[in-house]
Amino acid sequence: MAEREAYALRSEVSGWEARQGAERGRLIFAAIAVLALICAPFAVYPVFLMKVLCFALFACAFNLLLGYGGLLSFGHAAYYGTAAYIAAHTIKVWGLSPELGLLAGTLASALLGLVVGWLSIRRAGIYFAMITLAFAQMIYFFALQAPFTKGEDGIQAVPRGYLFGVIDLRPDLTLYYLILAIFLFGFYVVYRTIHSPFGLVLKAIRENEPRAISLGYRTERFKLATFVVSAALAGLAGAATVLVFQLASLTYVHWQTSGEVVIMTLLGGMGTILGPFVGAIVVVTLQTHLAAFGAWLNIILGAIFLACVLLFREGIVGIAQKRLKKLL
Amino acid sequence: MLFELLGVPPQALFAQLLIGLVNGSFYAALSLGLAVIFGMLNIINFAHGALYMAGAFVAWMLLHHFGIPFWASLVLSPLIVAVFGMALERVLLSRLYHLDHIYGLLATFGLVLLIEGTFRQLYGVSGRGYPTPEVLKGGWNLGFMFLPNYRAFVLVAALAVCFGAWFFIERTRIGSYLRAGTENARLLQAFGVNVPRMMTLTFGLGVALAAFTGVLAAPIYQVHPLMGFNIIIIVFAVVVVGGMGSILGAIVTGLALGVAEGFTRVFYPEASATVIFVIMAVVLLIRPQGLFGRR
Repeated sequence: MAEREAYALRSEVSGWEARQGAERGRLIFAAIAVLALICAPFAVYPVFLMKVLCFALFACAFNLLLGYGGLLSFGHAAYYGTAAYIAAHTIKVWGLSPELGLLAGTLASALLGLVVGWLSIRRAGIYFAMITLAFAQMIYFFALQAPFTKGEDGIQAVPRGYLFGVIDLRPDLTLYYLILAIFLFGFYVVYRTIHSPFGLVLKAIRENEPRAISLGYRTERFKLATFVVSAALAGLAGAATVLVFQLASLTYVHWQTSGEVVIMTLLGGMGTILGPFVGAIVVVTLQTHLAAFGAWLNIILGAIFLACVLLFREGIVGIAQKRLKKLL
Repeated sequence: MLFELLGVPPQALFAQLLIGLVNGSFYAALSLGLAVIFGMLNIINFAHGALYMAGAFVAWMLLHHFGIPFWASLVLSPLIVAVFGMALERVLLSRLYHLDHIYGLLATFGLVLLIEGTFRQLYGVSGRGYPTPEVLKGGWNLGFMFLPNYRAFVLVAALAVCFGAWFFIERTRIGSYLRAGTENARLLQAFGVNVPRMMTLTFGLGVALAAFTGVLAAPIYQVHPLMGFNIIIIVFAVVVVGGMGSILGAIVTGLALGVAEGFTRVFYPEASATVIFVIMAVVLLIRPQGLFGRR
């Protein structure tokens, strides 16, 4: 009896120690990663890095919905682009400061996410994907026709302005640290959401919705809340992109952008916290190098898509995690 | 009298109505193929629009490079595209049947990027005209409207093919196998039917239907590498509105939404691109499973 108790105690202690160790390892890794991101603009072109960070935040938001909620939205460009247009308009025409522009864009996307999400979660699975794509196309046509979006030209020459009226954002390096802060904030929100009781319920719904319902959870509320958070963060990414390129155009709301965020998440590893970031690095690098070769970008993206689905569905980070676990 | 009230000349109204019907028959044919493929293969074929585009492009290439006329292309192009589609099904899609539906959607989206990217790389983004066949040039003046012969032909041909597909699936022996496979593929296999081959043929049938529609569309719209993507999103909305349970439902929904689009183009042109999505939203509110869908 005493022996068994001692054994249980021992295993409990070692389990606790292991968890503490993992926690410490994660903290050290996070510290190194943040340090690397702080030093990065001295080694790599800052505008490229900012583009990666914006797309990485976009992909993290998307991954929250697909990887943890199990909901495939094929129209996430709608939230990315809407926030971009609203931020560009409020900053350029209304003369708002950058932080208020970011906030306005994010809120607009959250609101749009609330409406579209409310309609879309009435259908599950494959229909959900088709519905979100259709609504995104509707937003695209709206952006094409509405006068304030300036049609094919887009809203150009959006001033970067002064953050809180004090910090001049025109130097790329200053702006980089703002974008990094935005990314880290968004990343933390996603991380906290996933590791909260809310996130656990979300996973339960993804795995077995009828069971979650029978346990008394109002699953549609959880799905809708996730949709809104995801749309808002995608919007934050879109609004941040406007500050970087000083432009909001039809590309932001185009289905191609929706497709690119899907591929980033899939390639990096959906349902992994770092996957979208890795995927964003790969895709943005491809975009940058293939920009001059016309449709080759799409051909290569298509091939990567097929390879991901057919050969490695866990994505780069998913496979790396598996390998690491085997090693340890 | 009625037209004076509406403030629209009857010529314009009926012309748009005809375009609406023609578009509607395209939506019907495409959503029908989508539904048949989904029923048997459990895959939403995102590449359906790309294969519709391929059908139009193959017809254009046959004419341009080999001088093969429209009537031969109407048969040849769907055959060529169907063979290509069946090869895709064998090599790629057949590996996805045991997975969640979304992987089929993602893989076929990859195919869209590949197929459209290839055509864009080869032919650029500018549209290419396809001449209306000689026999069908001109039209009739019906008094209240001018009826172009070719559009009348397209409407009849597309609907004939839709009803042909309906007859094939609902009233023939092979069609009954197909319906049985949709209900329970394993049981059908136990009765000695070669289910994997049936899946390949089903995919080929759906793809041929898409390519046939593409050939019909070529003289009306220009042949363009992106013509498929614009239509597939609308067809998705049609499928959401109609539900994928019934073949006649797909045909009726496609036609009705095409007409709704035509009417909007007359009375409120700004909304003509989005009206189908608005209808989709309303249907989701009132009857989420779709007009002809089963819970």
